Amino acid sequence: MSRATLRIQAISGHAGTVPGAGTQRQERVAKLIDTTTCIGCKACEVACMEWNDLPFRETVFDNTYQTMPETAWNYWNLIQFREHVHEDGTLQWLMRKDQCMHCADPGCLAACPADNAIVQYQNGIVDFQQDYCIGCQYCVTGCPFNIPKFNPQTKKMFKCTLCNDRVSQGLEPACIKACPTGCLHFGSKEEMTALAETRALQLREHSGYTKAGVYDPPGVGGTSVIYILHDATNPEAYGGLPRNPRVPLAVKLWKGPLKWLGNLAIIGGLIGVTLHYLRFGPKRVHEEDHD
Amino acid sequence: MTDRILRYTLIERVVHWIAALTYMYVLATGLAFYAPGLYWIATVLGGGPVSRFWHPWIALAFLATLAWMLRAWLPDMRITAVDRRWGARMEHYVRNEDEDLPPIDRFNLGQKYFFWAMLFAGVVLLISGAALWFPERLPPAVRSAAILLHVASALVTIGAFIIHVYMGTAVVRGGFTSIIRGEVSPAWAKTHHRLWYHRVTGK
Repeated sequence: MSRATLRIQAISGHAGTVPGAGTQRQERVAKLIDTTTCIGCKACEVACMEWNDLPFRETVFDNTYQTMPETAWNYWNLIQFREHVHEDGTLQWLMRKDQCMHCADPGCLAACPADNAIVQYQNGIVDFQQDYCIGCQYCVTGCPFNIPKFNPQTKKMFKCTLCNDRVSQGLEPACIKACPTGCLHFGSKEEMTALAETRALQLREHSGYTKAGVYDPPGVGGTSVIYILHDATNPEAYGGLPRNPRVPLAVKLWKGPLKWLGNLAIIGGLIGVTLHYLRFGPKRVHEEDHD
Repeated sequence: MTDRILRYTLIERVVHWIAALTYMYVLATGLAFYAPGLYWIATVLGGGPVSRFWHPWIALAFLATLAWMLRAWLPDMRITAVDRRWGARMEHYVRNEDEDLPPIDRFNLGQKYFFWAMLFAGVVLLISGAALWFPERLPPAVRSAAILLHVASALVTIGAFIIHVYMGTAVVRGGFTSIIRGEVSPAWAKTHHRLWYHRVTGK
């Protein structure tokens, strides 16, 4: 919520220019999550709730280490735990820290009709401004990662902020600070990508994970949260990480061609009836009428 | 001057104007959510969250008037053989050459098209709007379809609405008065709806 010194490069539902776009040099930031060294301790979850003053939530027992099925309006960061059975019958625990991916091409922002309710900073953080949110939940439809969540009391949407209040002050996000294994890293997108590629190469060449790779999906322009996966060919195994996430086609059609066709039809209709009146005018009632 | 003829009863007029006001509210707030350049409408109408809150409820009131009109006007809105003959010569109506048209009953084919367009688009808006109202429990494909259907059917109603207001106020003089005070002159009735005139006057 706090903008602090961050510059904005995109605003939802906004007519006109974006103040601050291109006025400062601000590096794109990224969070790197190495699922191969995550132990599922949930320290990042606690740190998130501590820093953001979120209330505690009851967990839901489902016979696994999964504490609740998905993130919530007041629970922005959740370890997705899966017991993955390989083809040879061996079992592997997969743990993935699930939160907003901070897409470079954010579907939530594209779908949002409310001026200023979703902003994207130049450093890549996508943030909800609850003061301007109208609670229409179109961002739910725009998001390919099932992240924005509705608070039924306040009728506002919430999600991970990538701790922009900390990042704007030169600190790393709270979850990064809490991680005991060092599987979480934070820095510039460039540095994090290089580190991720190095780690993936190490996994492929020295650890027997021949399909290890980096998850930075190009369908949404890349993300400011990137993963290292043991098996980058099967992201779905990590609690439903989409293989090729995209801004839904319906959202693109709706905000693109359909809108322009609609605008043309409305303006064309108004011009049409005006021209018709100028050419033909009103109908005449025949007062004298043989019956 | 002969006696004026009752064209719309009081309850018909009241329901028509409830429909008109509720439609215009839903149209205005809908346009605000449709285009960033029109978001100021939501601000004028009390702000984005307020507009978002009332849009679906006022829409339900509009749909209730549609249901009432369907029940009240269904016999008058059925498209008949006379309408089809009239429709084949509609270009004369557009050019104000009304003497070249066959006589018609209470509503002409254009009015009937308007009625059915609003009714069917209203049903699509209701179903897709319900999906947009409670999106979290629905699969993504349904939400996507709802967005496209909602805006497409809204655009259909806007086109129909523009023509309806234009015809009722500018072109067919006396039409606007008739939906306010309910009455038309015999000459008006004979000119625009001769079969209806014969039916209600017995002449």
